[in-house]
Amino acid sequence: MIDVLTRIKDQAQQDIAQALEFESLNQVRVGILGRKGEITQVLRGLKDLDGEQRIEVGRIANEIKGELEGLIEAKTQQLKAQELEMMLQSERIDITLPGRPVPTGSQHPISRVTDEIKTIFIGMGFTVAEGPEVEMDYYNFEALNVPRDHPARDMQDTFYITEDMLLRTHTSPVQVRTMENMAPRIPVKIIVPGRVYRKDDDATHSPMFHQVEGLLIDERITFANLKAMLMLLAREVFGADVKVRYRPSYFPFTEPSAEMDISCVNCGGEGCRVCKQTGWLEILGAGMVDPRVLEYGGYDPEKYTGLAFGMGIERIAMLKYKINDMRLLFDNDKRFLSQF
Amino acid sequence: MHASINWLKEYVDFTWSGEELAHRLTMAGIAIEDVQEVEGDSILGLDLTPNRGDCLGIINLAREVAALTGHEVSLPAIDIRETGDSISDLIRVEISAPDLCPRYTARLVRNVKIKPSPQWMQDRLLSCGVRPINNVVDVTNYVMLECNQPLHAFDYDLLSQAKTILVRRAQAGEKITTLDGVERVLNGDSLLITDDGHPVALAGVMGGQNTEIGADTVNVLLESAYFQNIGIRRTSRLVGLRSDSSIRFEKGTDVNGVVYAVNRAAYLLQELAEAEVVSGVADCYPQPLAVKQVVLRPARVNYLLGTEMSADQVRGYIDSLHFTCQVRDGDLIVTIPSYRPDIDLEADLIEEVARLYGYDSIPAQLPPGITQGGLTPFQAFRDQVSRFMAGWFYEAVNYSFVATRYFDMLRLPSDSPLREVVVLANPLSEEQAIMRTILLPGLLETVSRNLARKNSNLAFFEMGSVFHPRPGSQPREVLKLAAVVAGRADANWFKTDLEMDFYHLKGVAENLLSTLGIEAVEWVEGHDISYHPGRCASLRCGQLELGVLGEIHPLVRQNFDIKPRACGLELDLHQLFELSRLKVMSAEVPRYPAVERDIAIIVPQDLRAARAESVISRAGGDLLKKVSIFDVYTGEPVAAGYKSMAYKMTFQSGERTLTEAEVTSLMEDIRAALSSELQVSTR
Repeated sequence: MIDVLTRIKDQAQQDIAQALEFESLNQVRVGILGRKGEITQVLRGLKDLDGEQRIEVGRIANEIKGELEGLIEAKTQQLKAQELEMMLQSERIDITLPGRPVPTGSQHPISRVTDEIKTIFIGMGFTVAEGPEVEMDYYNFEALNVPRDHPARDMQDTFYITEDMLLRTHTSPVQVRTMENMAPRIPVKIIVPGRVYRKDDDATHSPMFHQVEGLLIDERITFANLKAMLMLLAREVFGADVKVRYRPSYFPFTEPSAEMDISCVNCGGEGCRVCKQTGWLEILGAGMVDPRVLEYGGYDPEKYTGLAFGMGIERIAMLKYKINDMRLLFDNDKRFLSQF
Repeated sequence: MHASINWLKEYVDFTWSGEELAHRLTMAGIAIEDVQEVEGDSILGLDLTPNRGDCLGIINLAREVAALTGHEVSLPAIDIRETGDSISDLIRVEISAPDLCPRYTARLVRNVKIKPSPQWMQDRLLSCGVRPINNVVDVTNYVMLECNQPLHAFDYDLLSQAKTILVRRAQAGEKITTLDGVERVLNGDSLLITDDGHPVALAGVMGGQNTEIGADTVNVLLESAYFQNIGIRRTSRLVGLRSDSSIRFEKGTDVNGVVYAVNRAAYLLQELAEAEVVSGVADCYPQPLAVKQVVLRPARVNYLLGTEMSADQVRGYIDSLHFTCQVRDGDLIVTIPSYRPDIDLEADLIEEVARLYGYDSIPAQLPPGITQGGLTPFQAFRDQVSRFMAGWFYEAVNYSFVATRYFDMLRLPSDSPLREVVVLANPLSEEQAIMRTILLPGLLETVSRNLARKNSNLAFFEMGSVFHPRPGSQPREVLKLAAVVAGRADANWFKTDLEMDFYHLKGVAENLLSTLGIEAVEWVEGHDISYHPGRCASLRCGQLELGVLGEIHPLVRQNFDIKPRACGLELDLHQLFELSRLKVMSAEVPRYPAVERDIAIIVPQDLRAARAESVISRAGGDLLKKVSIFDVYTGEPVAAGYKSMAYKMTFQSGERTLTEAEVTSLMEDIRAALSSELQVSTR
């Protein structure tokens, strides 16, 4: 009997090993372990055996049964794995074909730079202020310490609508409007993005362009504060390695006035065509708010001081994205815009 | 403006190279654009700010260098050998407009030998970009470049017998022919130098042709005057002439420097033209200008700059500028030299201190105080719209000024309110003459330009203001969103590319509205003349007109040279904002199962989907949560002139599971309503 069992086992092991698919494996299982299977038969026949032999044969038969069940289970797992593997192999695709296109677009580089600068200053506690593009002469010039016949009006050739109304030449009128609304509350802490207009049209000037400017009025605001904030701005926009320098300059609405240069983004300061061999690029104008402007805005210049700065977005965008012709920014060519 | 370093070195000592000098001056606010090496000399290219017109004179530039080096300025020598006659016997000078001309001085030199000036003078003039003419003219130019004081030379013998110079306002319409041969017509604001009533010079701008120095000039009357900047600026603008002289007067000259300059010129003519200098200076200065004094508090310097300079240090910088000052209670009372008209306030002096201290030496320190930054709800809304749109379209930026012809290209009738525009008084061209009232033409132009460059499959959006005039006040500026699409989403190997048609654009718009939390928008038939009459929708919410979306009218496309079909939209962002609810409220997730039913109806071809949907919704009642169309079909077996529309309906209750019988009954109500209200058959 034990010989029979050993033979069954040997045969079964061989059959399981040779089964190549679920179907044949199942046949093996039924042939051995099914209701009429060989092992089942042996177990059924146990009742005909006497005591000791019954125990012995029963033990061995059950052992073999367990062993074969284990083998069949293992074989099943193996076949499942093989089947999955085959399915996956058959589903292989050409992953080098391009993806299914979904309609897409982008924000204009001017919007991107504006957003970036806004975000930096919002992080420093600024709010965003805006104002009309068609502006009164008073807000654009007079309240900014540029009376009629002031030579500084030549710095900004102006589009007029009427004698008193014009297209704003800078975002600074929003400074005055904000001060008027807020005075004497402090702090005034605004960033002003927007379109501005100057009567200028050549390769480096566009009659319409964009500025962002900032204004901070409080007690004890210093030129040192201005330097620190602008340094932070330069590093955020152009990277941590950028160097900055400040030169005295002139704006009618700030005193002292400064211009900030950054180390050339093209050559890193070595000197190249972009920076006209100087190693430096002028990127923004700034200064301490002129006491007369504070007065126009309703703030006592003895008690309060302010800092202000402004920059052209197009210039920043051109330097940041290495755009060599300003006209590209207003040309709206898909091949250009799709790079952003 | 250019300045020779050799010339500069005559007045101040320094050992810096040209490059070093350029750097030092630039960092002190006198920007040097470039340094050109020429034979034996270096030429500085100055890029002066408008407040520092004083540095148009080499001596004043030398003062800047002296302040940086700590050295003294030495003024050029004047050693005049006057002849016996007194000028007061030979010329009289009067001013009748002291507001425009506070001071007028003159000197007379006789028996000049007109000839070319010496080479060194010619070289200096050329290095500053001034063309040498003859020794008399060259000397006036030389002194102007040296002292920043424009001079004028009259041929004394061409003046009338009266020999009386009167500085007066021009009469309106009065004329003068200037040295360049142009007849200039003046108004009552212009200032004239006259001789016995006849204009002989347009004050501060250019001399008159009638008294010009020529080869046979013998006696020369030299003018050195102080004209107020505003008058010169107005005259210069009026006649459209900016001269080396007018530029200097506009920026402000030195009222106390006029005598020095005229003496310097007389001396040089004595040396270079063998002139005899008549004794005395005719000096008419009826109301001497006040000397400016400005109080500078050293503590205020530190307060404004964030520095820790001592009072002595501050005083040191003022001294290095050679500004005289007294100390009173620790404050400096600074006397501002008349050659620095730019300094009026304490802040101006603080800038002087700061630029000599060095801007780069000032510490950097973030301001104290925590404030809440952020965007207003409208700004946040606008940014959200921009980012959403940028997911589908490329953002374009077009000029805010446009041409009137765009209105014709859009087929707008002559009485269209969009033709009421803000007009520029001085546009660059007709193409940029009016402020836009609509964004669409800019984007159509953008599409057209891209097509011309063989860019196809185009989708652009733009956000920007349009301008509507309001009598007596600033225009109303309305922020708009516009988009134009033409072609297909890019072609691909799947053959599933997407026609960017009306429904594509509408889909994006619907998605936008839903992102913004804007519900209850009605799409009604639009009648915008620029769009296809059968493919134009107007977006409404109650009585509010939010905007328009549609296929561009073929004639408009033709006008813009756009061959493929194109669709556009233009929405008013202020109104969208009013409707948007930025706080999204979540609804409870339903706990009881939904039941779905489909229904197909055969309806006349022209029946609007929205009409059928509203009938279904009303009949379905509260338990009908959602109606969506999933098929529209024309053709066999549907009869001609009809179409089949299939809807999926979702029924659900928040309180219980709906029974089959309830849903069936609701479906019967819907069928009944469709058949009674629209006379349609259902399948």
